This record gives sequence, C-alpha cells and structure tokens, in this order.
Amino acid sequence: MTILLEVRGLHKSFGGVIATKNVSLDVMEGEVHAIIGPNGAGKTTLISQLCGEQFPDAGKVRFNGRDITKASGPARAKMGIARSFQITTVFQDMTLLENVALAAQAHDGHSFHFWRNANSEPEINRQAMERLKEVGLEAKAMTLSREVSHGEHRQLEIAMALATEPKMLLLDEPMAGMGSEESQRMIEILQRFKGQKTMLLVEHDMDAVFALADRISVLVYGEIIATDTPDAIRDNEAVKRAYLGEEA
Amino acid sequence: MRTSNFLTPKWLFSVALLLLLAVTPILSDIFDQAFYLSIATRILILTIAAISLNFILGYGGMISLGHAAFIGIGAYCVGIPIYHDYSSGWLHIFLAITVSALFALITGAISLRTKGVHFIMITMAFAQMAFFLFLSMDEYGGDDGLTIWYDSEFFSGIDIDNPTTFYYICFVSLILVMYLYHRLVASRFGRVIRGAKSNEKRMQALGYSTYNYRLVAYVISGAVCGYAGALMGNYTNFISPDMMGWTRSGELIFMVVLGGTATAFGPVFGVLSFLVLEEMLPNVMDMIHDGAGFYWHLPFGLILLFVVLFVRGGISGFLDRLGKR
Amino acid sequence: MDSALLITQLLNGLQLGILLFLLAAGLTLIFGIMDFINLAHGSFYMVGAYICGTLVVLLDSFVLGVLLAIPLTMAVGYVTEVLIARSLYLRDHLDHVLATFGIILIFDTVTHLIWGAEGMVIPLPDWLNGQITVSETIQLPSYRIAIISVGLLVAAGMYYVVSKTRLGMLIRAGASNRTMVQALGVDIKVLFSLVFAAGAAIAGVAGMMISPITGASIGMGNDIIIVAFVVIIIGGIGSIKGAFVGALIVGMIDTLGRSYLDQLLKLFMNTETAETAAPAISAMLIYILMAIILAVRPQGLFPPKVR
Repeated sequence: MTILLEVRGLHKSFGGVIATKNVSLDVMEGEVHAIIGPNGAGKTTLISQLCGEQFPDAGKVRFNGRDITKASGPARAKMGIARSFQITTVFQDMTLLENVALAAQAHDGHSFHFWRNANSEPEINRQAMERLKEVGLEAKAMTLSREVSHGEHRQLEIAMALATEPKMLLLDEPMAGMGSEESQRMIEILQRFKGQKTMLLVEHDMDAVFALADRISVLVYGEIIATDTPDAIRDNEAVKRAYLGEEA
Repeated sequence: MRTSNFLTPKWLFSVALLLLLAVTPILSDIFDQAFYLSIATRILILTIAAISLNFILGYGGMISLGHAAFIGIGAYCVGIPIYHDYSSGWLHIFLAITVSALFALITGAISLRTKGVHFIMITMAFAQMAFFLFLSMDEYGGDDGLTIWYDSEFFSGIDIDNPTTFYYICFVSLILVMYLYHRLVASRFGRVIRGAKSNEKRMQALGYSTYNYRLVAYVISGAVCGYAGALMGNYTNFISPDMMGWTRSGELIFMVVLGGTATAFGPVFGVLSFLVLEEMLPNVMDMIHDGAGFYWHLPFGLILLFVVLFVRGGISGFLDRLGKR
Repeated sequence: MDSALLITQLLNGLQLGILLFLLAAGLTLIFGIMDFINLAHGSFYMVGAYICGTLVVLLDSFVLGVLLAIPLTMAVGYVTEVLIARSLYLRDHLDHVLATFGIILIFDTVTHLIWGAEGMVIPLPDWLNGQITVSETIQLPSYRIAIISVGLLVAAGMYYVVSKTRLGMLIRAGASNRTMVQALGVDIKVLFSLVFAAGAAIAGVAGMMISPITGASIGMGNDIIIVAFVVIIIGGIGSIKGAFVGALIVGMIDTLGRSYLDQLLKLFMNTETAETAAPAISAMLIYILMAIILAVRPQGLFPPKVR
C-alpha cells in the first residue's frame, strides 16, 4: 500500500497555546483512518491545517506525492481532498440535486460558463443523481435543502464531498448531532465506501469509529500519542489513561 | 423554482408591467403627456443599472455602495467625447462599457479582498474617488457639470433625439439585459456566485477560487451599469459628478431591495415604485397642504424604514406571498 | 515655505482630525459592540449644531447653550435607538445601510421643517473670537485652539471611561466579544442604548464646535460621516485608539494635501500638470489611503484583540 497523505512534524500554536504539537501521520491509500481524542485535543485545528484553512508554523504535509504545505484550500480540493464540515454547510436555497451538481461542477473544469442553463445539463445532473443515490437521498433530489432534516443534511454533505471525485475524504465529525438511528444509517453509508475511498475520519462517536476504522490515531493536547489498529488502541494503556483521565 | 411559474400574481403582474412599458410611448402620445414618457425612460435606464447591481448584491451578496460611479462613468463616456465633437454612438457605448469594466476590474480586485462592512465602505471609497476625479476636471465643467449638446449618433435614419425612438432603444436594451442576467443566474457561473453568497467556506472546500468568480461578476455588473450610464447621458443631456455621490448609490440599493433582491423582476418593481414615489409624493402632499410637497423626503424616509423593517423580500416577496394564499 | 501658513495648516489639520475623532468614536463603538452600521450618525452632528445654535441665541450664552445641547442631543440619540436602531441590530448590514439611509432623510427633512432651509449662523462670544499671538508673525485664532482643547478633553474623558471604569470594561469586552458581556449578566439592552446615546452626544459636540465657523446647515453631517467611516476603517473597527490615530492621520493628510500637494507634485512634473492634478488627487488622498490600508491590512491599524 502506498501512502496518500503524509504529515510530518506539524506544529501550530496560537499566542503561546500549542494546538498542534509535532504531529506526524500517514494515511494509506484505501484505508479508513480515524482520529480520536478528548475535547480540546486540537482535532479541528489539525483538520483545518490539512485542508488549507490554516497553515502550520512548522512541518510538512504531502499529498499524493506532492508537497501541499503551502497550497490554498481550493487548490487542495482540486488535488483531490474533499472535506465535510462539522456544522452543516449545505446551500440552503438550492435543491439537493443542485447542491451536489455544484460540487460535481467543481471538478469539471472551470465554471466560467455564462450562458447554458446549468440545471438542464444532463451529464452533471446524472453524476449528481448517482451521488445522491449512494447516500440514499435520490427521492429528495428536487427538495430544497432547507426543507430536509439534520440527518439528511449530513448525508448530503457526504454526497457533495463524493461528487468532487476526491482521492481522499476528510470527514469532520459526520455523526455530529445525530440520533442513534441516524448515526447507524450514516455508518452504513460510509461502510459502502470502505476499501474504495481513502477516508480520514475525525469522530467522537466511538461505535462509529470502531465500526469503520482500519487504523486509529489518538490525539491528546495536540499530540498523537498512539496510532494502531482498533483492537490495539482499545488495549493501549496510554490511551486509556488519556481518556479515563479526562473522565475521572 | 420547481412549482409552475405561470399564472401566479407575480408573473401576471410582471407581464402586465412589461406590456405597459412596451406601449408607454403610444399611451403618452394619446394622452399628450410627454412628461410620462420621460419618466418611463428614466425608469428603464435605472432598471438596467438596478438589475446589474442586483446580480452582485442579491445573488452574490456583495453589497456595493458605489455603483452610482459606474452610471456616472458611463455618462461621462458620452459627454466627454461629444464635448470634443466625437459623435459616434458606437464609440460612446464602447467607451462606457470598457472604461466601467476596467474601473470595476481595478477597484474590484482590491475591494473583493475584503468582506462585510469593509467591502461596503471600500466600494463607497472608490466611488468617492471617481466623484472627486470628475469634480476636479474643470475642463469638463467640474462641480457645475457638463451639458451634452447633442445626442450620440448611430446609423443615419435613427434619430435618438426623438423621445420615442430613444425610449425603444432603452426598452430593447432592458429586455436584452434582463435576458442576459436570466441566463447568467441559471448558468454554472451563476450557480457558483449564488453558492459563494450562501457559504464561501464550503465553496472553497469544493475547490472554487471564489475570489475569481466574484471579480468576474463584479466586472460584468460594472460594465452593464456603465452601459446604463451611457443611456443616462443621452437621456439627461446634462451630467455632473453629483450622479456618483454615495447617496445615489444608496438610492440604487434601495431600489433593488424595495423590489426584492435576487429576483428577476424585483429591480423593475423597485425602480418603478421608487420613481413613482419620487414623482408623486411631492404632488400628493402639495394637494393636501400647499407647500408640503417640499418635505416629501420625510414620508419617503419613513416608507424606506417601513420596507426595511417589515417588508421581507420587497415587492417581489409580497407578490409571492399573495400567490401562496 | 511660509512657516506661519504651515502652522495654520497644521492647526487646521489637527482641528479636522479632532472633529473626525468625535464622530468616529461613537461610530466605531456602535459598530464594534452592536455590529451596526449607522450611516445616520452624521445626523446627530447636524442635530447637535442646530439645537446648540438655537439655545445659544435663546440664552445669549455660548457655553450654556453647548452644555444644555449635549444632553438634548443625547436624548435624540436615545429615542432613535429605542424606536428604530434597536430592532435593526440583528439584521444584516444591507438592512443597516438602507434603514439608516432612511433615518438620514427623516432627520434632514425634520430639521428643514423646524429650522428652515437657510441654515443657521451661530455667534461666538468675543472672548472666543480673538487671536492668540504666539510671535510677531504667528497668530492663532483662539476659537480653533478652543475646539482642539475641547476635543482633546473629550478624548481624554473617553479614554478614562473606557479604560478605567467598569462601564468601560464592559464596552471594551463588548467590542471584542459580545457573548462574553451577555454571559456576565449585564443588561445588554441598556448598555447598547447608553453607547448609542453617548455616541450621538459626542457627535453632537463635534457639530456644536464646528458650526460657529461653518454655520449649521441641512445635510452637514452626510459628507463628513463618510470621512468618519474612512477613519474607523483605517483605525480598525471597534478601537477607540484606532479612531483617534486614524482621525488625526486623515485630518492631517486631507488638510495638508489640499494645501501642499501641488508644490509636492511640482517637484517631479511640470507646473501646469501639477496644478491640474493636485486638487483631484488631494480630494482623493484619504480614499487612496484607505484603499491601500485595506489592501495591505484589511483589519485596520489597531484592530480590537479578540473578535
């Protein structure tokens, strides 16, 4: 297996507070790699450095063999990193289909097409519809996204991320705010892509993490204290301490 | 968008309005009221400007408080060549569009780096720069303005000095501009602009460099507004830097909001109501109490406040709600 | 260069800067704390001038007129806040721009109704109307010195309130983090009204100070408020210090630009071009400055620390 995302010595601090401390991490092609950690461990800061919303003080990020440490967010998206957001960020005034079509359109060359009606482009709509099917939303394709439920918004997020035909999915707490039934559905959806899509999954929901992940990295106070298979992580003393320490 | 667009009150109202505008010269001829033709011409020209502002403000979320500058630039692109006796209308239109587009490109490239109140204020600042630039050009009248002694000349046989001919040039221009923006909004490009208003971070995560798209939208908007300015120059025959003052830009925003932002017909409703109010309020108030018309800005300001506070979606939104009953 | 002229111009620049600060201080706090764009802030500048002018004539005392006009302008600000502004805070900036544009129209017309279209001349008492002789060649008009002193006094007072009192602590906290103030259990509505009314009163003071020189006229605040916006954007929105520094920079650059830019341009272009270009460029100077600052440092010179 080859390394798709390679993070080396990533470091970031905000006015003396260290948010990311010497983080090194490999995401292999095809694996589901989960990042877990107690609240305030710096997961969000790490994610935002991986997708180019923030930039590290030190360290390197390589993706697909290229150094992307200084690449902008849109540039990274174009190289094949698709992310979903912790809080829902779909386009409320568009239909679900249009939401996904807008995402599909992003990897179909530039969008300086001024004349043709985008809603009646068969190829883009076909792609978008397929992505909606994959997350089980095809029946609601023509519904405005502000009219669908929270769980469906999360599914739509996944469909949008998929529509850019990424090499890697960066999923920032896809189960956030979901009931157990909705979470279960989301796990099933993600399981369908396991083995086909590389995923970096940041998640609080331990059931989801252990159901999906091939490997898990544990982030505590901005530092990765362990990376291993789910079973090994379950038995890891340092991890137990970090989590129990928080809960005690 | 999915429900039928036909036979709703809004649709009927819009079509009726366009038909009315199409026959206005005939009506004004029958009733011998040249004055109304003049107002209707102004409505058409300002609607073109309002539509172009609506595209970036309504669909794109870019609140430009400097769009009057483009109207002014377009008008001076007629006035200055005529002052030097270059009478070709094609030249005027070419200049109005390219100079406004260039001004939009340069100022937009800087302004679009900012957001929120900073964007509002920097667009206003650039418009003020244009204002002071023309104010200081004594050659072209400066503060006193510039009289345009004759109109642009196109083919022989077309005399745009004739109010009816000029009216129809404006009318056809408006229809073309409406169609242009109708296509633009629904295109891939328009979709990106709408997406960037709704959630810029999301757009960037999808791989869009929103800045570039916004800049192009801003330039298109400026160019079309410049074209409206060229028509305005021919309409008023007198132009002054006053056309570019920030209050003018504020009025243009009000027209767009009054009609309903991010709607196809909103600007038509907005400009029409604005100008009708502007013409009618003083007269009506004078009828109630002689001399009261002088203070028409008071009810006008109150109406403005009322619209902002209580009328969500402007006139277009109101008509939509009417249709849902 | 004529040194007497230079000193006069520096004084003029300082005076403009001080007036701008009085306007910008309220503007920046109102924006910083309530996230409210108030284009109508200049109306309080005008209202202050008219109220003061009326009282000065009525009471035949300049000082008494000013002292009474301040609370009255504050009351006008308070009423505006309670009746209109308050319901706009949670709206978007577009609504702010439009609604306050409407408020300007209303204030201008009401002023017109009450005081007429001609404007108002405000007489200065003799003791303020003289010159202070510094040296044989340099004489300074005493009223300008008075304006600058009053302005500095207000600035010092604001500095004291904002940096040393509990109210000031709340204001500072509000400008950088609104939710924190609410978490402190402060009645945020009262704080908002207070800031708005005080901002209006301070803008009014600026109007009162300038009107004996320029007279009071309808719409007098509408141009200067735009410059005040330039000031707060240069200084960094929400920062009193930024408003102060920004106001002085803008006041100086504008004044000195208008008087000396042609001479500066003549150094590297011919006289004729310099003389035609100078007025245009000097009028645009502050906007050019703002555009440069926004392009390089979008958050302004002194942005409040946490947002």
